[in-house]
Amino acid sequence: MEIRPTGCRGLCELGPLMSIHPKGIFYVGLKPEDMPEVVESIMNNGEAVERLLYKDPITGESELTEEDVPFYKKQVRLLLAQNGHINPESLDDYLAIGGYEALAKALSDMQPEQIIEEIKSSGLRGRGGGGFPTGRKWESCRRAGGDVHYIICNGDEGDPGAYMDRSILEGNPHSVIEGMVIGAKAIGGNPKGYVYVRNEYPLAVNNLNLAINVARRAGLLGKDILGSGLDFDIEIRRGGGAFVCGESTALMASLEGKVGEPRAKHIHTVESGLYDQPTNLNNVETWANVPLIISKGAGWFSKIGTKSSKGTKVFSLVGKINNTGLVEVPMGITLREIVYDIGGGIRGGKKFKGVQTGGPSGGVLTEEHLDLPVDFESLDEVGSMMGSGGMIVMDEDTCMVDVAKYFIHFLEEESCGKCTTCRDGMRRLGQVLDRITDGKGRDGDIELIEDLCEVIGEASLCALAGTAPNPVKTTLKYFRDEYEAHIYKKKCPAKVCKGLITFRIDKRKCTGCHVCYVNCPVNCISGKKKEAHVIDSSKCIRCGVCLESCKFDAVRVK
Amino acid sequence: MTREVFIMSQNVIRYKVNGKDVAAPRGRMLLPELLDMGIEIPTLCHMDEISPYGACRLCLVEIVRKGRSNITTSCNYAIAEEGIEVLTDTDRVKRLRRMVMELHWARNPESDVIERMARKMGIEKPRFPLDEGNGKCILCGICVRVCDEVVGVHALTFSGRGVHREIGTPFDEPSSTCIGCGACYWSCPTNAIEMKEKGGVREIWGKKFDMERCSVCGEYFAPKYQLEYLAKTFKTPIKELRVCMTCRGK
Repeated sequence: MEIRPTGCRGLCELGPLMSIHPKGIFYVGLKPEDMPEVVESIMNNGEAVERLLYKDPITGESELTEEDVPFYKKQVRLLLAQNGHINPESLDDYLAIGGYEALAKALSDMQPEQIIEEIKSSGLRGRGGGGFPTGRKWESCRRAGGDVHYIICNGDEGDPGAYMDRSILEGNPHSVIEGMVIGAKAIGGNPKGYVYVRNEYPLAVNNLNLAINVARRAGLLGKDILGSGLDFDIEIRRGGGAFVCGESTALMASLEGKVGEPRAKHIHTVESGLYDQPTNLNNVETWANVPLIISKGAGWFSKIGTKSSKGTKVFSLVGKINNTGLVEVPMGITLREIVYDIGGGIRGGKKFKGVQTGGPSGGVLTEEHLDLPVDFESLDEVGSMMGSGGMIVMDEDTCMVDVAKYFIHFLEEESCGKCTTCRDGMRRLGQVLDRITDGKGRDGDIELIEDLCEVIGEASLCALAGTAPNPVKTTLKYFRDEYEAHIYKKKCPAKVCKGLITFRIDKRKCTGCHVCYVNCPVNCISGKKKEAHVIDSSKCIRCGVCLESCKFDAVRVK
Repeated sequence: MTREVFIMSQNVIRYKVNGKDVAAPRGRMLLPELLDMGIEIPTLCHMDEISPYGACRLCLVEIVRKGRSNITTSCNYAIAEEGIEVLTDTDRVKRLRRMVMELHWARNPESDVIERMARKMGIEKPRFPLDEGNGKCILCGICVRVCDEVVGVHALTFSGRGVHREIGTPFDEPSSTCIGCGACYWSCPTNAIEMKEKGGVREIWGKKFDMERCSVCGEYFAPKYQLEYLAKTFKTPIKELRVCMTCRGK
């Protein structure tokens, strides 16, 4: 019996997970005390332990293997599947699944131009958010002069609730290294590699470090790789966790040891990037796709996806959804399939209200967009974006103004502060949204928001600010009535914004059990035992503890 | 070399500004070109002597390229593409500039320079609550760049991120490298930097400098430390440096 620790398998909601091979028995939600039973079942007859299998939340039926679980059924896990099969610390494991075969092929059988042609015709586009065609980027970088060509992997994943790149770096670091070496061969010109990864990802840094060292010792990095004459090595640089350093020019400034601030990109980084040398930067997920394309061919890859967006995309599916986790889906899948078939629908049987795609600076999409195919263009057209792959699902209890406010404050905090429109524009936008959710919104605020969105989006220096108003723009477009209710009727329809709601106790339902009285943190509830209680609105801080603690459904929010 | 000869000898880019055909050497920044043409463009963070930065966002123009129009700041836009058209006075440009100006005004209500510029653009008052305590500094970074690129002593720096951004000496302590030259003071577009001179002593950024008298007219004119620094850096006898600019011009 061999026990193999693996990387993330995606179904966070039900972790820790384990699969037993060769049968592929898939256990979920394991605890240490389950282990004797698991081991015993393996030793005895190999039968599955029924109670540890995945159970359908509605029918209650159990599923034996990973493939049978609905969460995985509609996924196409080109990149993530291997996370469940290999020990990320083992080069042998990676080699056993065909790892570095693509590199061997690229180094011995292919010319740089051929590699670029293959990537170009695969239709691979940048997975970090921009969606720029990868092959064309490589080609421009190859053509640029310069003493060194820098090959960078952007692993500065800063979106709240997003961990796609982390799971690849932690679970399958060799796939990224292999992609980068293939890129180095294609781009040429004295290539030198960096992986810029967040310091908050210690396991990713650790596993990548191990992988780089092992690859170096095996002759897969360093001088004369696999006897091909290619010299290329990779160094890890840890980022301090600034969201803006995910922007390519800010990342390069940070790599140079300077403050991570973007610069204007009228001169492209493929011509003058890191240390003013031609620099090719791709995201973790983009690099991990490269070996697959080289081994299986551009034709195979381009069959997956839509006309303009090829391959798969990893999303981190979070929010008010039953199956939170990392999902990898073919481009062109609909939002409905992701939310309902893979995500298992909305938690607690609530109604779907919106889904935010593309991270904090993406847009919020609604019910009417559920059948939209998920690809770069479709998302752009409706005011959102693919981004790096965050996907936050919201239910009917979510206030859209509150959501917009949350993201705007996040981005305001993460603005580098270099340019006025982002630094001050985002702060002012936050102020207006604060005012509205506090019940102090006034006539003209919606127009002011629109003006701010325009100036931040159009007149700022970098792409971070360019997309930053998206959460406000889309919520205003699709949920304008909620903004108006906040401003003109002083009501929060979702009953979320504290400045606009009041709690009171329904006398007919209150049994005088005293639980709310005991739990209220500001002692604003009065009443004798077994008599109806009363909330003093002037003292109430609207924390909702009474609502949560009442067993008789007597607390009303208005 | 005159500019005309330069244009002829170099790679020249032909483009349009507000419908008029013009030409410029490849790679030149757009804002100085436009200003040279006599076009009025508001700006606060631009200075010919230092590298462009793009912080104040006022010098916005519209660039039409392959039929698509984009807004960009002209200070850090290098002219490199034939056939583009630059529009400096469209409604869109003016609307956006006004909005940027409104942000500046609300952030720095103490600055008379900002208020004048804003009023000239037709803004009566900003629609935002006015900030307190930001003084006159608009974080344009001219002082930092002048100190880095012209003076070369790197005494000033940005600190903090986003809304917490500030300009000052490292750790807000008197800088060990500042030579008291006052270049930051003279180049600040909003007069935000304080420099006091009294009884032969100059005080700037919390550091005091003894002043030298001009060997011709006898007036105080520069910190002794600055002259010593210049003498050492340019290997010039200090005696030659002890003449003020006024007497030097005579």
